[in-house]
Amino acid sequence: MSVIAARRRTLPGFGLTMGLTLTWLSVIILIPLAGLFLKSLELSPEQFWNILSSRRTLNALRVSFGLAFAAACVNLVMGSIIVWALVRYRFPGRRLFDAIVDVPFALPTAVAGVALTALFAEKGWLGAPLAALGIKVAFTPVGIFVAMIFIGIPFVVRTVQPVLQDIDVEIEEAAGSLGASRWQTIIRVILPSLAPALLTGLALAFARAVGEYGSVIFIAGNLPNVSEIAPLLIVIRLSEFRYADATAIAVIMLVVSFVIIFAVNRLQRWAQNRIPVQ
Amino acid sequence: MTIEVKNLVKKFGSFAALDGVDLKVNDGELLALLGPSGSGKTTLLRIIAGLDWPDSGEVAFNGEDALAQGARERHVGFVFQHYALFRHMSVFENVAFGLRVQPRAVRKDEATIRARVKELLDLVQLDWLADRYPSQLSGGQRQRIALARALAIEPRILLLDEPFGALDAKVRKELRRWLRSLHHEINVTSIFVTHDQEEALEVANRVVVMDKGKIEQIGSPDDVYETPATAFVHGFIGESIELPVQVEGGVIKLGDRPLRLAADGLVPGASKLFVRRHDMLVGPPGSGAFEGAVQHVRNFGPVQRAEIALSGGETIEIDAPRDRELHAGDTIGLEPRRYRIFAGV
Repeated sequence: MSVIAARRRTLPGFGLTMGLTLTWLSVIILIPLAGLFLKSLELSPEQFWNILSSRRTLNALRVSFGLAFAAACVNLVMGSIIVWALVRYRFPGRRLFDAIVDVPFALPTAVAGVALTALFAEKGWLGAPLAALGIKVAFTPVGIFVAMIFIGIPFVVRTVQPVLQDIDVEIEEAAGSLGASRWQTIIRVILPSLAPALLTGLALAFARAVGEYGSVIFIAGNLPNVSEIAPLLIVIRLSEFRYADATAIAVIMLVVSFVIIFAVNRLQRWAQNRIPVQ
Repeated sequence: MTIEVKNLVKKFGSFAALDGVDLKVNDGELLALLGPSGSGKTTLLRIIAGLDWPDSGEVAFNGEDALAQGARERHVGFVFQHYALFRHMSVFENVAFGLRVQPRAVRKDEATIRARVKELLDLVQLDWLADRYPSQLSGGQRQRIALARALAIEPRILLLDEPFGALDAKVRKELRRWLRSLHHEINVTSIFVTHDQEEALEVANRVVVMDKGKIEQIGSPDDVYETPATAFVHGFIGESIELPVQVEGGVIKLGDRPLRLAADGLVPGASKLFVRRHDMLVGPPGSGAFEGAVQHVRNFGPVQRAEIALSGGETIEIDAPRDRELHAGDTIGLEPRRYRIFAGV
């Protein structure tokens, strides 16, 4: 009896789905990445170090990771506010705004890049008034920042939205009737409940911004050491047939991204565990 | 703390949730707001708590205008139907919340807060759950924690919205008794909302029966059960037989059959006759005010519930004692021991 019970699972199909999962992940993700690492092995450690520590590579990595993180942080704040308005209030055009949030998901990034460039160029609708204030956006690192905000916003909104929808308004009413101010309710009750989702949204928006290429290269100006992102540097090296150089930069990006996302994931797990689920 | 509500009106669109409600709650009372869903009882409770605002009318605590204050300033403990516990906080922190968010000037030190929370958890007999999270508790435990949390701020008034609504029957009965003794112990003016008449009659000192945004009757549990003021109250509380009757020329008629009941002082016209099921006494055919044929009989412990087709056209259910066995097909006479007739319904 017990042997049969052990062999039969309540959810059949473990072998099949697990096999498919491993095969698929290998073909789609792991094998290409392994190829990347293998290609970079053509370089001696010294060459690898030289490419990595060259001024141009370091600057490109700094621009990519620094601006991606800054953009993700801006998206975290603005995205939370947008989610709040979309979830908690009923206003005309709410569904339309809700749909607009998804536009950066669907729009070809090159189109977004061209549109943003036109908008923020010195004679553009937004670029002209900003230029009058002495702020140059297009063809500077600020432009990269703007493009990264554009492509990252849906990630925060779409991760946080369902979680906020799940938080009953009664929770806020309870906090209020217990004497909490609006601010105390947000800090002590709402944000802690949203924390795991906020961290996930941050990580996704960051990852997307780090990997962004299409929209950024149009608006960046692409000045080496100033407004050149790492993915662009990889493409430049490829076009110069310096494949090993390209893979070296790619490997570095991969490792740094992995470490950061892993760290955010741990943080998110920690925040989640503070809300034990039965 | 007394609560006085005057001519309260609250509309949601064209639906009048409260349609001119007047109510006075005495100090230390345990009051039940009883009514079917949509009767406005929860809206009334939320307005008293400051979670909703009336379109017009007054709410006063001890004679002081309460509508001038928000929920935060009113010092009203509110227990939500689905508890609304903070799921990312332990039970201890949930109860401590109201003490921790007090303005710095009056906030107590950590040791005092800990002692107070411990005291409250003892009061609701759940001190051993202090480190658990709400998701790890049963429904009855969550309910008691929600109550302890509301009591932490030393509320002037305690309001409970369907406090036992989401619990199973056995736990509900236990908690009812427990709530009554707790109220006896802390003696804070309390109002609870329920749609369960048994709950209202068993727990409350006074019962307010509401329907369609209006108060139908205010009285002790005995009053509302024994002398219902309106047809609605009679029909809603206790199991009643309702018969459409006609009062004309000093005679009460069911269909075209005159009943042997006195019609003194009744207003002529279409009326409704109410009798409690157990107040219909069974006699031999030809005796009593009604006559009918037994259709079905089912036995429920001490009583037999019989479905009877009255001559006059209506079918009713009565609860008769088991001393005289009824059988399908019997013709019997029925005499209402007590009954009430409400005109024009």
